[in-house]
Amino acid sequence: MTASDTNRAIDAVWRIESARLIAGLTRIVRDVGLAEELAQDALVAALEQWPKAGVPDNPGAWLMATAKHRAIDLWRREKLLERKHQELGRELELQQELAVPDFEAAIDDPVGDDLLRLLFISCHPILSPEARAALTLRLLGGLTTEEIARAFLTSQPTIAQRIVRAKRSLAEARVPFEVPRGAELGARLASVVEVIYLIFNEGYSATGGGDWMRPALCDEALRLGRILAELAPNEPEVHGLVALMEIQSSRLRARTGPTGEPILLLDQNRARWDQLLIRRGFSALDRAEKLRAELGPYTLQAAIAACHARASTAAETDWRRIAALYQALAERVPSPVVELNRAVAVSMAEGPAAGLAIVDALASEPSLKNYHLLPSVRGDLLAKLGRLEEARAEFEKAAALTRNTRERELLLDRARS
Amino acid sequence: MRFIVFYKPGGEATAPPSPEQLAEMGKYIEASFKSGWLLATDGLLPSAKGARVRIDSGKFTVTDGPFAEAKEVIGGYAIIQAKSKEEAIEYTKSFLNQARQGESEVRQIFEASAAAPGQ
Repeated sequence: MTASDTNRAIDAVWRIESARLIAGLTRIVRDVGLAEELAQDALVAALEQWPKAGVPDNPGAWLMATAKHRAIDLWRREKLLERKHQELGRELELQQELAVPDFEAAIDDPVGDDLLRLLFISCHPILSPEARAALTLRLLGGLTTEEIARAFLTSQPTIAQRIVRAKRSLAEARVPFEVPRGAELGARLASVVEVIYLIFNEGYSATGGGDWMRPALCDEALRLGRILAELAPNEPEVHGLVALMEIQSSRLRARTGPTGEPILLLDQNRARWDQLLIRRGFSALDRAEKLRAELGPYTLQAAIAACHARASTAAETDWRRIAALYQALAERVPSPVVELNRAVAVSMAEGPAAGLAIVDALASEPSLKNYHLLPSVRGDLLAKLGRLEEARAEFEKAAALTRNTRERELLLDRARS
Repeated sequence: MRFIVFYKPGGEATAPPSPEQLAEMGKYIEASFKSGWLLATDGLLPSAKGARVRIDSGKFTVTDGPFAEAKEVIGGYAIIQAKSKEEAIEYTKSFLNQARQGESEVRQIFEASAAAPGQ
């Protein structure tokens, strides 16, 4: 194995092991920032030693043992400075942690819980959604600051600072390393789900740039979602989120044409949809639906995505069911964007006039004033009703509002036809 | 990116795995699904129950198993998600640690457009 092979192997090991490593260390030292430093120290040690000594058989255990030794060294140094009696007990605890003979044996459930606790910390509501997303990608995704910066189309110092501040806020607030219980669990879980979906959408709605890091965000969010679903198996919305992401991801390769132009859902070649992800999405949706009769917003969106996935041609889409699901979604989370989507479904189920009535009711909605999809949908419905002049004006309006060049071309094409 | 990993045990099993082996492997597979990297996996029945189908100048030849090259017989497959080939190799090592013997072939699955560079 050459040195660069070893370095690549270390990268891979780090990505696989770092989250469990940081989670396990946070349990011991009770500080996410310190845990990450200790894990990084172990990584540096690996980079120094493995190229000469070779990659150990159980690299995860090696990293953990190395990091724990650093933790004890640090503790002893601090103890010499402070000489506090009660810390003797803490050192004993650390020695016991270190004595765990088989790291693999300990990874089953306790560390699974550690990962969940770490996820709850990195998605803590005291942090802004952007900080939560960056910290989660860093601590649980094993991504570098540079990779996160590229994924969010921002600079490395911005992300680095965001992560440093987040860790400081968590330390200052003395956020406990635990899975919240009772009434708090619901709200905290909602925050975790929101962060994972934010990461997913950042990749999925990648309108600018063709950087490979952005689709990679979808993969990362899916991975986190799947982990969360196994760690919190009784939470219907977690399965709903996973189902939604699996089904949306199934269309990734059908969404763009050969030159990168966007292809709308109904025009996509369904043979290119990823059946493996669709099947996984269906089973996650099934789990969500079995857990609760009244579906939550993520499960409802997944159910809508599933309607499309079930139709082998666009013409076979069950628009009545989709319209009903949007109705249910609008009742749970009222939003003009949901209403606009409902209008499209209703127009497909009952004809363009019924859809147009809903769209026209949204015309004065201030939050949609600059939303290009409103005139775009309206133009489409007007064209179907044969009101071509009005339709053209709407497409032009929509083209002026979108920031995406490809989409603008598509809209101007429609305005000209 | 995604990889398919073929597992070749290095010979056809003469006896089915023991309940302990099955339980241990089951536990490992469950943990792998929980970690989010394993997307699908199945073990395959002995090649005696399979067939080889070949086309040559428009003519089919169907050969029933077992296949002669026992060493090359595929015992199972896994579809995994990984960020690099090295990561896929690490996962494959963890699987082989469970299987204890045999070899795996790690192949990246072609994925057009979604992550294609330069778009």
